[in-house]
Amino acid sequence: MPIFIDRRLNPKDRSLSNRQRFLKRVHDDLKRSIGEQVKEGRICDVDASHSVPVPKRGADEPKFRNSAASGERHYILPGNHSFSAGDRIAKRPGGGQGADRAAGRGEDEDDFLFVLSRDEVLDLFFEDLELPDMVKLSLRETVTYKPHRAGFATSGTPSHINVARTLGNSLGRRIALRRPSEKEYQAIANEVTALEAEPRLSPPHRRRLTALRVELEVLERRRKRIAFLDPVDVRFNRFERLPLHNANAVMFCLMDVSASMGEREKDLAKRFFVLLHLFLKRRYDRINVVFIRHTDEAREVDEETFFFSKQSGGTVVSSALEEMQRIILDRYPSSTWNIYVAQASDGDNATGDSERCARLLRNELMKLIQYYAYVEIIDERESEIFGTTDNGTALWRAYRTVNGAVASFQMTRIAKPADIYPVFRKLFVKQTSASGQQLKG
Amino acid sequence: MARRATLLFDGSEWNFATLSRTYEAIEKIAVGELGLDVYPNQIEIISSEQMLDAYSSIGLPLMYQHWSFGKRFASESHRYRKGRAGLAYELVINSDPCITYLMEENTMAMQALVTAHAAFGHNHFFKNNYLFRQWTDASAILGYMDFAKKYIAKCEERHGLAAVEEILDSAHALMDQGLFHFRRPPRLSPAKVTERARERLEYEEQAHSDLWRTLPAPVGAVEIEEAEREALERKKSLHLPEENLLYFLEKHSLILEPWQREILRIVRVIAQYFYPQGQTKVMNEGCATFVHYKIVNRLFDQGRMSEGSMLELLASHANVVFQPSFDDPRFFGINPYALGFAMMGDIERIATQPTAEDREWFPDIAGNGDGMSTLMNAWENHRDESFILQYLSPALIRKFRLFHLSDRAVDGFCEVGSIHDERGYSSIRSGLARSYDPAAQRPDIQVVDVDLLGDRRLQLHHIVKNGILLEESQRDATLVHIRRLWGYGLCLTGIDASNGAELHTISLA
Repeated sequence: MPIFIDRRLNPKDRSLSNRQRFLKRVHDDLKRSIGEQVKEGRICDVDASHSVPVPKRGADEPKFRNSAASGERHYILPGNHSFSAGDRIAKRPGGGQGADRAAGRGEDEDDFLFVLSRDEVLDLFFEDLELPDMVKLSLRETVTYKPHRAGFATSGTPSHINVARTLGNSLGRRIALRRPSEKEYQAIANEVTALEAEPRLSPPHRRRLTALRVELEVLERRRKRIAFLDPVDVRFNRFERLPLHNANAVMFCLMDVSASMGEREKDLAKRFFVLLHLFLKRRYDRINVVFIRHTDEAREVDEETFFFSKQSGGTVVSSALEEMQRIILDRYPSSTWNIYVAQASDGDNATGDSERCARLLRNELMKLIQYYAYVEIIDERESEIFGTTDNGTALWRAYRTVNGAVASFQMTRIAKPADIYPVFRKLFVKQTSASGQQLKG
Repeated sequence: MARRATLLFDGSEWNFATLSRTYEAIEKIAVGELGLDVYPNQIEIISSEQMLDAYSSIGLPLMYQHWSFGKRFASESHRYRKGRAGLAYELVINSDPCITYLMEENTMAMQALVTAHAAFGHNHFFKNNYLFRQWTDASAILGYMDFAKKYIAKCEERHGLAAVEEILDSAHALMDQGLFHFRRPPRLSPAKVTERARERLEYEEQAHSDLWRTLPAPVGAVEIEEAEREALERKKSLHLPEENLLYFLEKHSLILEPWQREILRIVRVIAQYFYPQGQTKVMNEGCATFVHYKIVNRLFDQGRMSEGSMLELLASHANVVFQPSFDDPRFFGINPYALGFAMMGDIERIATQPTAEDREWFPDIAGNGDGMSTLMNAWENHRDESFILQYLSPALIRKFRLFHLSDRAVDGFCEVGSIHDERGYSSIRSGLARSYDPAAQRPDIQVVDVDLLGDRRLQLHHIVKNGILLEESQRDATLVHIRRLWGYGLCLTGIDASNGAELHTISLA
């Protein structure tokens, strides 16, 4: 008789620590890959698990190996169809690799795809955004649930017992099974006691006492057999976890695509948009993303065009705001949609247009919009000059006035990924303190 | 045959009652009828994730932690999830008691097959084959792994993850060069090993005095003292040339701390433990497959297995012993299950129903009438190379349509040497046998000299056979690992095996 051992119940993820060690080892490569995927992929894809190629370099395990490109080898192979001794078979171009593979000795250790979980992806993505932990946590959090009453159940925790229901059931059962009531029992018991107290009993009384005693015993047996409260009577309040009601949100991405926006600027802008998207995804069931790019005229485009195609021309920021206003009035009435705007630009604007933008925002748009985040992407060298002072481009100065007047308008200058977060700070503070206060729909 | 017996199980669901009923029926056949001799069995049920885990840590139930196992796990589980690779149905560990892992996803019929295959086939082979008997110590391995795991965890705690990882990386790079091919390693005794390690560390701690560090070093004194010690060591002789690089580094490296030497030793011991498995793949799998085939058929004949289950098992058996031909996209070398199973069946046939050809090729076994004991004898006394050289019959060469192909890197063509005909049989047989000799396949690197009194340069030779050189980038990266363990410069010289000429030299300062 062998020993059988059921190991299935052993703690899972024995390999987790090995996995973490491996992740640590290839950390830089993974981060670069994730960065590239975020750059190339769609904004809403960041929030999912990713397959990441792990380059051979990072996780190489070298050992002495025979090189395929030298020397003489002998193979014994099965399945000869038509060869006879002395036949020569031309090698495929590409050297000895064909033969090597055919002999089954080619070690295939190319880059392999490594699936990172959503959390691991977000970790890598957040790394140089320098988000506060609280914010990271709230971005990670999936749908929130709230328990709602939903009828009764026959099982549950004692704290959920529904007393009225339980006693009602008990009463019904007692009546149906004709359990002698306390009153009935007491009456007979009293009579027995009274009779027993009599000093002398007449024969009819004595007979009566014997009958009563028998009856009392029967009643007692019945009462014992039919419990006052039986497990079948017990009812619990049942709760169902319902996801919190979330409404729709639309996110506008506005970006200046004139020639001054280079690769670095677009990469930063993208991270900025991704962050807002992640945030919205936590709060809303459905998010529409609208991409508006502009030079001196604005157009709604798809994500691909938004990030990758080039357009030349001047820069008129108000054109984008007008386009957005048109789309809002057209498709996203502010009564049913939460509207979020993220605008990225390098601060260039046509002379005189900045004032117009500020006016437009102050007087019309900000009434419709939940939150407006503006980032001005500047050169890293400029960040020291501009970091503290209020002066800057015309657009920046004009937006400062809006910022002063409307609380939900936030702006910042960014030169590196870590600068992005402050523009959203308000957003997250609001969420953590009073969640859902501004939900519409 | 009349169906007197009742079915052992019905349907595909299994539970512990059917498992143990089936085990007993199988044991009766394996031990009683086939006469197998096995270690006591311990059968463990695991989930598919645990299975992946087990084979990413080279198939041992206890293993220290290292990132490379995480990497292997990730790539295995990725391949598995994409459906590119199936999972092994079973994993068996050469230990006493012999541990067999069964996957919970298997059907009951598969569990029966796997029990017969692993718990009896492999188990018998482990217990009886001379290589395993001589080179591994089944009763000590689990204890040793337990020690290794704890020891390395303790080192990590004491010296930091990074330091331990560095040593393990280097040791893993030299794992293939951490074997004794000819000298048998001493038996393990985990208790003694632990004791020794503990004593070493304790001594080190006691002998350590921070005062020594503050002494001003007299000029040249350190060198002289070191030189004396080296001279002594040299007198003891370094046993050069030494093929076991890990052993050499563990014993003679001047820069390693005691715990680092212990880690090298652990890696070396594990490499050595797996050494017989690499040399007996065909025989081991052949033996296990042959045994499960016999047992399952016998169960069916006894009426203890339903036709449905039998059909399922035959289908999976056929998959296991399938050998695609060389030009098939599925071809990845000769399938050890296919070759092994075919050879076992063939030996039985030669013993019981020999042809005239067999009598000529195998005069001492042909027609001896006892297939099973002929097989037992073969299982006990051979490894793949000698087994094939001894038992591959012309009939099988024809069946597999084997041919010999030689491939010289400089030529633009491959040449067919011999085929399955009268003239080719023996050259194919010896050629195939040679391809199963790990010593012939593995790069042969040896420590030949080191001048401990001088520059302490480690002289390594690579014996180049058939002009096959080392892959350069890998070679250089591995040399860096040796450099890390040795601490001083080294050089690797390629020596042509045929004429002793020096082909090239790589130096690392």
